[in-house]
Amino acid sequence: MNIMMLLEMAKDACGDRTAFYDAASGQSISYSGLFKAAEAKAQLLKESGASRCVVLDVANLTIPVALFSSSWAGIPYVPINYRLTNQEIDALLERVKPAVLVTDSDRAAVFNGRKDLVVHDRTSFQATKPQQENEESWSFEPDDIASLLFTSGTTGTPKAAIMRQKHLVSYILQTIEFMSAEEDEATLVSVPPYHIAGIASVISSVYACRKVVQLANFTPEEWLRIAREQNVTTAFVVPTMLTRIVDSLEGAKTANLPMLQSLSYGGGKMGHPTIARAMELFPETEFTNAYGLTETSSTISVLGPEEHRSASSSGDPAVQKRLASAGLPVPGVEITVRDSSGDDVGSDVHGEIYVRGEQISGEYEGRDSVVDADGWFPTKDAGYIDSAGYLFLEGRSDDVIVRGGENLSPGEIEDVLLEHHAIHDAAAIGVPSEEWGEAVVAVVQLNHDQTVSTEELQALVKSQLRSSRVPEKIEFWDELPYNETGKLLRRVIREEFGKR
Amino acid sequence: MVKLSTGQRIKSGVCNTEVMVISAPDADVVLTCGGVPMGNGAGDLNPDHSDGTTIGKRYVNEDGSLELLCVKPGDGSLAVDGELLRLKESKKLPKTD
Repeated sequence: MNIMMLLEMAKDACGDRTAFYDAASGQSISYSGLFKAAEAKAQLLKESGASRCVVLDVANLTIPVALFSSSWAGIPYVPINYRLTNQEIDALLERVKPAVLVTDSDRAAVFNGRKDLVVHDRTSFQATKPQQENEESWSFEPDDIASLLFTSGTTGTPKAAIMRQKHLVSYILQTIEFMSAEEDEATLVSVPPYHIAGIASVISSVYACRKVVQLANFTPEEWLRIAREQNVTTAFVVPTMLTRIVDSLEGAKTANLPMLQSLSYGGGKMGHPTIARAMELFPETEFTNAYGLTETSSTISVLGPEEHRSASSSGDPAVQKRLASAGLPVPGVEITVRDSSGDDVGSDVHGEIYVRGEQISGEYEGRDSVVDADGWFPTKDAGYIDSAGYLFLEGRSDDVIVRGGENLSPGEIEDVLLEHHAIHDAAAIGVPSEEWGEAVVAVVQLNHDQTVSTEELQALVKSQLRSSRVPEKIEFWDELPYNETGKLLRRVIREEFGKR
Repeated sequence: MVKLSTGQRIKSGVCNTEVMVISAPDADVVLTCGGVPMGNGAGDLNPDHSDGTTIGKRYVNEDGSLELLCVKPGDGSLAVDGELLRLKESKKLPKTD
């Protein structure tokens, strides 16, 4: 198994189709062109003697070339977050050398000359020719490592998650039908290359033979403009992107994007009001919510368009609530919820989410696999499964608030706060308390020109949840801290609560 | 008779068909394309095994123990131990990334 085989199939079946279009440079590459470039760069990587191919760059045409040529050459592809400081990048590079580094020209100048590092800026990587023709095919070994992906490290030193060829290929074969895209379809990719969705979107679009429009630096205005200009038919966004798109359309009746057939979102918890508003703004568009992690090769559960419609039009509150769920497992994936002693719990009971399937890696470099003997991977996400099998996410297990021995999910409290018309965003956290061990407090961001009192919000929570869930204190902040891919930084909130 | 392993790629002896093994039984089997053993076989296309293969389609046997992905199409049909493989129904999933 090798993702190169998937590209070869796309090249054989639709070689002349545009594979990738970089909106920033206006350059594009066909499937044949991508295959040829992967072949040449694989030889270049082999001649360099590198053990890894590191990419430190925004989305552009070198990204798919680097990904596929690495798999052809049989070395892991390592995309690194280009927003990190040079010092942080050096620390990560130490863990992956000897390596080829492909980056922008500014960064190339910084890292040029480092020991065991062959540095190319993206132009020279594209232009440099290998000394010899590449005559070898790629390996078919399913256990070969396709990519090392540094986790976002919101809670400590980044871990290098291992994605083997079998994980990525299984994911694609289970979820994508070959050549399922029509020639006039295009997908807009605005997640950065170092995000698992950035890798998954490249491979899944190649297998579907769907043109990828790359948007390097997301702003809602650019996203809308490029979507219109390129007749984009599908797109994936992380929740903060969707929130910003919806906010930028304040006062508008629709987004005026009738070509957009489907919009999927995932990578974090999405507030119910934003989805409901997005469905109004994109009346022709089908919505899909995808839940997945780096360690699970992207998507493991999906709330599809039909379920979005039935949930939003249902009179049954239990069905309506599914609009904010992560849906049902994808084929080949099983999901269960366990309590703190590791036993499976029944429906509607809160616990930690475990997942099993061919696409699940659960391995980190330099550590033992965290997958148990029966193949179950602990996601460290908290949640529950309802009686019909729908998965509900409630944030990271580590974020669960333990108040007087009772486990409280921040997500449950945040959902109630978000229902208030004055509230734009909300986070519930636990702070040390002599009386309770941890006490519930909340930070909220108000909508423009809106006000609400702490008492009113406390009364709202009390009207819907048990009194133990009522935040003792509520602070009003201008905005909540997120990382660039939309993960709420609860650690930062805990540190700064009461100090602003 | 050969034992197939997951991820293995095998060529037809009579046409351009190439398949990748997605799952295989834990036993020796005779895998044919166009009626001729795949891998190192050679010969003429058997007319009863000539419906052809389609790129990107998956082929399974009756009990589901063998599943192949066609990575290059050809004129021969796939069979295991004399039993013609059938096309696996594809499920339509919404696009997610």
